[in-house]
Amino acid sequence: MSKTFQFWSPSLLLGLAIVGLFAAMAIFPGLFSSQDPAGLRLEHRLSAPSAANWFGTNGVGVDVYSRVVYGARTTLATIVIVLGIAILVGVSIGSVSGYLGGWIDGLLMRVADVFLAFPPLILALATNAVLGRGLQQTMFAVAFLWWPAYARLVRSQILAVRKLEFVESARAIGANEFRIVGRHVLPNVLDPVIVRASLDAGFVALTAASLSFLGLGAQPPTPEWGRMVAEGQKFLLDQWWVATFPGIALFVLVIGFNLIGESLSGRMQSGLHVGIAEETEGR
Amino acid sequence: MMGRYVARRLLLMIPVLLGVSILAFYVSQLLPGDPARAAAGRLATPEQLEAVRERLGLDQPVPVQYGLYIGRLLQGDLGTSLSSKQEVAQELRIFFPATLELLLATMVLTVVLGITIGVRAATSRGGWVDRAFLGFSYLGVGMPVFFLALLLQLVFAGWLRILPIAGRLSLETVPPPALTGLYTFDALFAGQWATLMDAGRHLVLPALTLSIAGISEIGRITRSAMLNALDQDYVRTARAKGLSERAVWLRHALPNAMLPTTTVIGLQVAFLLGGTVLIENIFSWGGLGTYAWKGIFRLDIPVIMGITLVSTTAYLFVNLGVDLLYTKLDPRIRYE
Repeated sequence: MSKTFQFWSPSLLLGLAIVGLFAAMAIFPGLFSSQDPAGLRLEHRLSAPSAANWFGTNGVGVDVYSRVVYGARTTLATIVIVLGIAILVGVSIGSVSGYLGGWIDGLLMRVADVFLAFPPLILALATNAVLGRGLQQTMFAVAFLWWPAYARLVRSQILAVRKLEFVESARAIGANEFRIVGRHVLPNVLDPVIVRASLDAGFVALTAASLSFLGLGAQPPTPEWGRMVAEGQKFLLDQWWVATFPGIALFVLVIGFNLIGESLSGRMQSGLHVGIAEETEGR
Repeated sequence: MMGRYVARRLLLMIPVLLGVSILAFYVSQLLPGDPARAAAGRLATPEQLEAVRERLGLDQPVPVQYGLYIGRLLQGDLGTSLSSKQEVAQELRIFFPATLELLLATMVLTVVLGITIGVRAATSRGGWVDRAFLGFSYLGVGMPVFFLALLLQLVFAGWLRILPIAGRLSLETVPPPALTGLYTFDALFAGQWATLMDAGRHLVLPALTLSIAGISEIGRITRSAMLNALDQDYVRTARAKGLSERAVWLRHALPNAMLPTTTVIGLQVAFLLGGTVLIENIFSWGGLGTYAWKGIFRLDIPVIMGITLVSTTAYLFVNLGVDLLYTKLDPRIRYE
């Protein structure tokens, strides 16, 4: 791997620009749209894209553009919360497992196997049935499915890093175990976690939107892209804009995240770290 | 040695399946509503309800119910659906082939197109095929499946009217005599060409929708693995001894590039096993996904358990299959 990677590659910049734009929409939606994303105007229902309504209006006359803008918040919040929980749980369990080893490691990894093997949609359906339909329930279900991937990644990183020389030397000069983990092991483990998270972000967005599309996520009138595509499904033949614009927004955001994720993982693989691909083999 | 490895892996499936079944059983207990009420119907008197509860063992503590379920399961009995009163195993035999047919069609498309495109892109590195494919692959991985499904329905069924919008067969087509439950195979065995065509046409849109992301991923991984292989000494040797470029690609580079590709194919199968609910929903497919959907909303615990166990088992075997394939693809890999 002698190839040197330029950190600020064009694809990374493009990805950051896309995600940055959607992040700005999520934080300051008012800057992008002056219309109410929940303002019913039945007399304007299903009007085609125009100067007043860039993306047209939906079945109850709400401006599709403003719903797309406000939908950015729903999707980005979902990504942050799902990955936040998954990383927190995954890193804790993975560190304990990798560091302690022995039967605890065996037990925790079997638990991770159970969650990896569990059919995802059954879990999502059941979570919604148990806790009621809604965005939070769906986030919870998705996070529930995502932590094992991080647990295994962190575990394999810890196993690899523990044996490296600088950890041995830290131990040799008498650093205690907490200091070794905090100062030497974790920082090296977190890089791959960040890369993995950037690769996962788009996938989390797709999963959450799919569940919302099935009616299991955000409930109206919360603007959510997957749900909006589902609402536009019945008008698809004649009023294509209702479903198409939210679909495109999701599509573009996912591509933005993928551009960032791939630039970062390309950079990491060219560096000293243990390849992320090696993590897939964990049994 | 290999036999011992397989035996160990099969043994390791037991705790995972037990864990999954406990989790699924526990989650089913949490579902709001009363399964006895769902089974007995809305008009049941309190006495009838009590009788149903007793007959189904729902009056027992949950661990006892779980124990009874596992006991029956070990005798090959998946129980009876609370809502349809049919045996779950019987119903799975109806719904599973529909999903299997869709998955097979998807995987054939994914693997054939993914590898072909990946090899073409690698061998014409930097050319227009390569660049067009890289562009396509970005779009393919980012595309929400449900959105793609709607777009394909809009274009091919709505505007061009050349493919059916949903379902497994046209209304006027009689299903072929059931042998495998896969309509295309059954029609082929029965020699019903019109039915075969009809079933095939219905498969195109859902299978295409499900395979776009896989084609992108498998194409990309094949491309980079091929590029890596084409850089190696043995390829230089093969060229030096005068083999045609085609022979170098297909006989020397591709077999070595298949290892990473196989990993991704395995991940795709596992992902598809869980991901068909959405597509079955949009294309009214009537397979396992539809069955799961109904089972959950009817609080049909035996159905939920049956589907969970069947799809988990399939997932575990796919993983094992991929690991065993590695040894075929790379004889240096040995499992102890």
